[in-house]
Amino acid sequence: MDATAVSRADIAASAPVKVVARGVDVYYGDKHALKDVSVAIPERSIMAFIGPSGCGKSTFLRCLNRMNDTISICRVTGSIVIDGADIYDTAVDPVELRSRVGMVFQKANPFPKSIFENVAYGPRIHALAATKADLDAIVESSLRKASLWDEVKDRLHDSGTGLSGGQQQRLCIARTIAINPSIILMDEPCSALDPIATARIEELMEELKQNYTIIIVTHSMQQAARVSQRTAFFHLGTLVEEGDTTSMFTNPREQKTQDYITGRFG
Amino acid sequence: MTEPVARTLRMLPPKPTGFSGADVQQRLSQRRRADARFRAYGLAAIALAILSLFLILADVTGKALPAFTQSTLRLDVPVTSEHVDASAPKAGDYEATVRNALRGLFPEVQSRADRKALDSLLSTGAADALRHRVVADPALIGQIIASKALLSSDADLYVKGVSAKVSTAAGVGAAKPSATSGAVTLDLAPDALAGVLATDLAATTTAAAAPVTLDTTTPSLLLALNGGIVKITSLASGKAEGEILVPLTTADAAAAGAWRHILIATPETSRKINDRQIAFLELLADKSAIERHFNFAFFGRGDSREPELAGILGGLMGTAYTMLVTLGLCLPVGVAAAIYLEEFAPRNRLTDLIEVNINNLAAVPSIVFGLLGLAVFLNVFGLPRSSPLVGGLVLALLVMPTIIIASRAALKAVPPSIREAAVGIGATRQQAIFHHVLPVAMPGIMTGAIIGMAHALGETAPLLMIGMVAFIADVPGSPADAATVLPVQIFLWSDLPEAGFQSKTAAAILVLLAFLVVMNGLAIWLRKKFERRW
Repeated sequence: MDATAVSRADIAASAPVKVVARGVDVYYGDKHALKDVSVAIPERSIMAFIGPSGCGKSTFLRCLNRMNDTISICRVTGSIVIDGADIYDTAVDPVELRSRVGMVFQKANPFPKSIFENVAYGPRIHALAATKADLDAIVESSLRKASLWDEVKDRLHDSGTGLSGGQQQRLCIARTIAINPSIILMDEPCSALDPIATARIEELMEELKQNYTIIIVTHSMQQAARVSQRTAFFHLGTLVEEGDTTSMFTNPREQKTQDYITGRFG
Repeated sequence: MTEPVARTLRMLPPKPTGFSGADVQQRLSQRRRADARFRAYGLAAIALAILSLFLILADVTGKALPAFTQSTLRLDVPVTSEHVDASAPKAGDYEATVRNALRGLFPEVQSRADRKALDSLLSTGAADALRHRVVADPALIGQIIASKALLSSDADLYVKGVSAKVSTAAGVGAAKPSATSGAVTLDLAPDALAGVLATDLAATTTAAAAPVTLDTTTPSLLLALNGGIVKITSLASGKAEGEILVPLTTADAAAAGAWRHILIATPETSRKINDRQIAFLELLADKSAIERHFNFAFFGRGDSREPELAGILGGLMGTAYTMLVTLGLCLPVGVAAAIYLEEFAPRNRLTDLIEVNINNLAAVPSIVFGLLGLAVFLNVFGLPRSSPLVGGLVLALLVMPTIIIASRAALKAVPPSIREAAVGIGATRQQAIFHHVLPVAMPGIMTGAIIGMAHALGETAPLLMIGMVAFIADVPGSPADAATVLPVQIFLWSDLPEAGFQSKTAAAILVLLAFLVVMNGLAIWLRKKFERRW
């Protein structure tokens, strides 16, 4: 049976589908990096992509906001439908798409500007705030949603790069929230953070899931098990298994998944 | 799942633990010695560099000091209607009025040769200040005006002690001249000029008792007494023969200390100023008529054929205009080219070719750019010859590769995560570059610009080709006016035979260095302003 159909049937009862990918192939030059991936992602939930290094999970994540377009040798085929529209359609402007599908990167990468400027940059280029007061309000609410406001409210004009690693990553999340996307992509957001900072980010994801669809790539299976509702396991460029997180970790359908989550390889 | 492969471990002999072994100690001390040696080399290199810099600066500054002061003669000049017509004060013969005022101080000077010697103490621009005053206020015509007349360069250098080695000393014992003018014999105390005879003139004597004969190839000895000057032609112990250059007031004996001798060690044939002129200058100095001031005119005038009138402002303004044109052209174009090549251009054969050519352009001899400027800007486009506009264009071409290479390196050094962050929240590529990448790369780009502009500032050869080497006395008022630049001005002055230009050359070098320091200081200040804490 078609994988998409399986997961759709699987999640139909719980939530409407936000993203549907069908037969996605990605090539880097001659290298076939992602092979025939089909998956459906439900709205207002957390989806985790797991798998060993080089399995294509980050590549697939970067297809969802067309970040791969910035790599000249990269070619994507297949269809990815978000909110009913194919994002690889020629009519879709990737810049507009990225304002709806925000991204948080592996290494916290705040702009070397003030905390305020970091958050205000997105609303400014997308003209989301008509007045200075509006902009202030967006910055404050974004920082509050990223649970960073109390720590930085007295030093909004200090450099964003002066924050600690965990704070910087939450600043990057605030920066993404500020443009009010419906989907947030997170590419191993906690890989450079200590357990306490990681716990704070995970709590934050739990809150954000009320309003946003979150797709997270992680190396940590525990993290996937803790935060996600659905999990997809990638291996060697193919999607091996996708399904409800609890059943996947307790009763995987595939032998390979079983081997990976029990630590036999990876 | 594969079973773990059983491995046999081959045991190595146990290594000595700790650092107590003799060979370990020896190796450690060798490494420490290598460290110390390396540090010593570094310190020696820096010390050498500082020493060289200090020597160069000290030498140039020492040579330049005379150019920063100028000597003027205080004269009461009667501006008569004979020389200056009240209806056209500009056309008046002010030179004659100043000349007459100076001659009035030496009424006894009548011969043509003597008058010429006296007149040549004054600069050809001696009357300029007076002319300005009278033209501004014609009511001064008919009055006697206290004026400051500029001395000629030769007189000026004598007053500053640059052109001749001069020593003076008060006379010992009385000196009795036999006459007040013409040839004269002087009775001196036996030991009056013993020191001069024994040391300064020792080389010219043959026998100890014979009188020493002085001529134009030996040092000159002048005696100032009774308000006049005697030039000694023959000197023996207690007796001297001479010729009176400026008549004495009386033939009475001058008491000890009331006269003095002036020994000019440089022979008359080896200097531009003769004994007669020195006599006039010494008497003028005795009357405190000669004053030395800071040479404001040096910073306020253009070039001149007369060293005392030559100023640096022409070259300075020419350099300023040229640098403005260069910077205004090569910074935007260079940075734009770097951004395109680094951020937008596809990687293919064509861009590779462009990259190789840019790198090669940086190594092209600068005179080739001058030839290009001559052929293209002057002959094809017909832009004004000798102008800072063309100079700036040529230097912009010269500097462009440096700026492009430095800017590309700076852009490449910006972490890609910044670009991703901006693109990831929906910035366009151009917004990501201009809002985030460029500000971070700015200090590096500024460094490239500083290096490039410093290079352009010192460049001489290409500017020779486009005619900026011409003698231009006017200060340029716009980039299209004929002008010269500081390094070319230095080159021109260093080539001139007049002694006065030696100090001007050194002073121009100092001005060029100061310009460089100011320009770079400004750029570094700007860079600090742009710099973001990372």
